Amino acid sequence: MIEVRDLVKNFGEFCAVNHVSFEVSAGRIFGFLGPNGAGKTTTIKMLTTILKPTSGIIRVDGHDPVHEKHQVRSSFGIVFQDPSLDSELTAWENLELHGVLYGVSSNERKQRIEKLLKFVELWDRRKDFVKNFSGGMKRRLEIARALIHVPKVLFLDEPTLGLDPQTRNHIWNYIRLLNKEQNITVFFTTHYMEEAERVADEIAVIDRGKIIAQDTPVTLKEKTHTRSLEDAFIALTGYAIRDEEVSSVDRMRTIGKVWGR
Amino acid sequence: MDVICILALRQLKRYLRARARIIGSLGQPILFLVALGFGFGRTYEKAGGGNYIQFLAPGIIAMGILFTAVFSGIEIIWDRQFGFLKETLVAPVSRLQIVLGRTLGGAAVALIQGLIVFLVCIVAGFRIHYIAFLPVALIFMFLISILFTAMGTVVGSILEDLHAFPLIMNFLVMPLFFFSGALFPVQDVPKALKIAVDINPLSYGVDGLRGAMSQGFLFGLGTDFIVLSILTAILLTVGSYFFSRIQL
Repeated sequence: MIEVRDLVKNFGEFCAVNHVSFEVSAGRIFGFLGPNGAGKTTTIKMLTTILKPTSGIIRVDGHDPVHEKHQVRSSFGIVFQDPSLDSELTAWENLELHGVLYGVSSNERKQRIEKLLKFVELWDRRKDFVKNFSGGMKRRLEIARALIHVPKVLFLDEPTLGLDPQTRNHIWNYIRLLNKEQNITVFFTTHYMEEAERVADEIAVIDRGKIIAQDTPVTLKEKTHTRSLEDAFIALTGYAIRDEEVSSVDRMRTIGKVWGR
Repeated sequence: MDVICILALRQLKRYLRARARIIGSLGQPILFLVALGFGFGRTYEKAGGGNYIQFLAPGIIAMGILFTAVFSGIEIIWDRQFGFLKETLVAPVSRLQIVLGRTLGGAAVALIQGLIVFLVCIVAGFRIHYIAFLPVALIFMFLISILFTAMGTVVGSILEDLHAFPLIMNFLVMPLFFFSGALFPVQDVPKALKIAVDINPLSYGVDGLRGAMSQGFLFGLGTDFIVLSILTAILLTVGSYFFSRIQL
């Protein structure tokens, strides 16, 4: 379903993704793990047509995100690392807008929005503005939104970041259910190793732009002689703390707070 | 078409739901109308210029539209910050559709703002000469709206954050307003200033509005219309080019 060969992305001198190759077969749940700044989000951006790779080959559902953007875009749903809902619109309006963008017919739209809002248990809040939602509710709404056009692949970039254990548990349950019942391929990143261990069929560990291990959680533990995936992860990537450079979006957020928006 | 409509509708909904924004952005035009209109009115009349409110009001309407339109365009920067831009960028729709939807929505918002300023002007004593010309005035208001929303789109697509905001205000929006003939007649101004007025797109908008509403055209109805239309087309093209180059 996803095929990546020799993928490279340079930002000036800095090499964010360095000759990365991996494959995700259809119907699998694939965990993409790595410390901060390892190149996870950069890779997702390239897979999802937002960023152009420096070199290498990518196929998502058999299509190339550089030259066949339209086909690739129709094939996946995504939950971004940062919220991407319009908070001035209601839950329903956000999903409606997504449905129209993805060319879902009006009848289908209505049915699917209802079904998905019920699935993520937000049906009762459909007429509420998203700005009044909690972090967990926003995440659930984003997952519902990503499914309206019935994607073949679901990208989740740290979907449970900053949520309480109950909500996290809930979210992974939805995702496993989707994977099982509708055979959706799932590609996710997370910093919560115990989640990855529980959910993923297969895991790739990326560090400093290179994939340093790729296997099932069980084999990874065996290979590193560790008991948990967290220990295996540290054995692979070391103890040093990574600092990410502040992006323009982070700077904007600071300004936004000052402006009270 | 659906895509363009729903994106435009989104801009409208956001505007209509933010009452504070509507009232807030009326402040500046009203201030200019009252302070200049009544402050300079007598002097202007004594100098033989006629009724100053009749002269000023179309300029103030254009101002209201200009400010709202540029900011609607610049909203791209906010959408980038709050993440919604990503949602539209990964959607399987052409970038041109996104730009058109955003621009039409922003223009509709600016047009409504212009109509509200128009009503305020009437309350302040402004009277239009020929009611029959009102549709022409509306067309000009719409053209100004689209033109400057498209300009805002260009700026919003190039900038990554709002650090340059004072720069946009002081070196783009304010000069456009002051050198447009909105506040004073431009027939007898010094040559350098006249050139600034002639190359300023808003001058043609103000002239079109003034011609249709209260006094004669300076550049001519046809010239105003053609200049605004061509510039709108150019800015829409440039806007969608820069928008399509956005990477997150």
